[in-house]
Amino acid sequence: MTQAQAQHRTTPLHLILAWGFVGIPLAWGVIQTVLNALKLFR
Amino acid sequence: MSSTTMPQRGGSPPGLLSRDRIMARPGFSRWMVPPAALCVHLCIGQAYAFSVFNLPMTRLIGITKSAPDDWRLTDLGWIFSIAIVVLGLSAAVMGRWVEEGGPRRAMATAAFCWGGGFLVSALGVSIHNIWLVYFGYGVLGGCGLGIGYISPVSTLIKWFPDRPGMATGMAIMGFGGGAFIASPLSVALMRYFSTATHVGVAETFVVLGIIYFCFMMVGAAIVRLPPPGWAPVGYRAPAQPKRLITTRHVFVYQALKTPQFWLIWWVLCLNVTAGIGVLGQASAMSQEMFPGRVSAVAAAGFVGLMSLFNMGGRFFWASVSDFIGRKNTYFVFFTLGFVLYALVPYAGGAGSVGLFVLCFVVIISMYGGGFATVPAYLKDMFGTRYVGAIHGWLLTAWSAAGIFGPALVNYIRQYNVDHGVPKAQAYNNTMYIMAALLVVGFLCNLFVRAVHERHYMAEDTADAVGVAN
Repeated sequence: MTQAQAQHRTTPLHLILAWGFVGIPLAWGVIQTVLNALKLFR
Repeated sequence: MSSTTMPQRGGSPPGLLSRDRIMARPGFSRWMVPPAALCVHLCIGQAYAFSVFNLPMTRLIGITKSAPDDWRLTDLGWIFSIAIVVLGLSAAVMGRWVEEGGPRRAMATAAFCWGGGFLVSALGVSIHNIWLVYFGYGVLGGCGLGIGYISPVSTLIKWFPDRPGMATGMAIMGFGGGAFIASPLSVALMRYFSTATHVGVAETFVVLGIIYFCFMMVGAAIVRLPPPGWAPVGYRAPAQPKRLITTRHVFVYQALKTPQFWLIWWVLCLNVTAGIGVLGQASAMSQEMFPGRVSAVAAAGFVGLMSLFNMGGRFFWASVSDFIGRKNTYFVFFTLGFVLYALVPYAGGAGSVGLFVLCFVVIISMYGGGFATVPAYLKDMFGTRYVGAIHGWLLTAWSAAGIFGPALVNYIRQYNVDHGVPKAQAYNNTMYIMAALLVVGFLCNLFVRAVHERHYMAEDTADAVGVAN
């Protein structure tokens, strides 16, 4: 692999950052909704 | 992970938003593309949570209660309706432009429309001009919804030829999940900005517009197209083509001339009609069918539970469709949906809240699943080249269902109540009608056959418009 190719290679850090960027807000929203949904069973 | 080859292209450097600029280089992982798609869908999914602004916007002048010059709920209801109608229209009209211009240009355009729509609406709220809000959120935001919704679809299908259902399911799951973020965030922002003389809606719109714009632009920045001829490592296209999965391509306007397109249009429309009607009435329905047993708080929990299944069903059913096929997945929706709708009156009569909840969470999971599975169904029937544009036209079925579904549930319930039917049983006929609609949907799905040879693009024409992707 050339240096230029290596620069564009996706690293695990890229993947963690990308998935964390969308996953963390989504997880926060899901937790809020689950807490709300639990009222059905009280 | 994937390995790619760099396409050889000459001439001046491509523009920042062009297709050539976002061609993936060797070593790019296709798993970066679903987060890019989610950046867009999580933002535009806010549309499902717009109702949190309804009550505060009826108190912009009166602050603590509505003043005579304040907007009425009936005025505000049009904002969401306009946005959904414009979603369908813009997805249909702009589909070809999205497909040929590539996902980055489409995502950036959607970001400007969606973020800009919030800013225009904030101005409308500030000067108390409802027409500006209709234009901002309804028209401009609606364009952002339509363009944003279809922008990553064909790109995901091209990156995941081995799991197209799962890939589009992930993105469309984001649309269902967007409301989970938007709803508590909007409430928190309005609380933060509200004062004794101000409800804080305009400021909340400004902050949301900026956040959504930035978030969507991140998606536009990281999205990539696979190079011509790319395939995942170890993936081999089936040697024996399947009857209902084409390897060729149908031009977008030619697809509209096929019976398959209109059969799938009705399949989606009827599946959505059945789900959307009860989604909007879930809270009232649960309380009226079980008076004294389901409180308003518990009903709110039931709505939250349905939202979770709506989101989860998008990923689950679309992934399942990769294994059992698209047509069979819709057969499951219509058959199981028929049984569950027919069971709801029994659950009400027997006083079984558990059975009632079970029926509706599964129904709603299939409602979401219908949205998420249909892009892969279109890809199977019409090929990948114009699937995003064809999907855009198909979304008009959503707009139609958005009118039919709630109207059916509301009017039939009201008719029953007006004719002396107890409220606890007022939904029974509606449930049977929904079950009947699903039978029609089943028949439409049954009649879907492979597209006739004459509708496919000639190979050389397909190559000329870059079908290699």
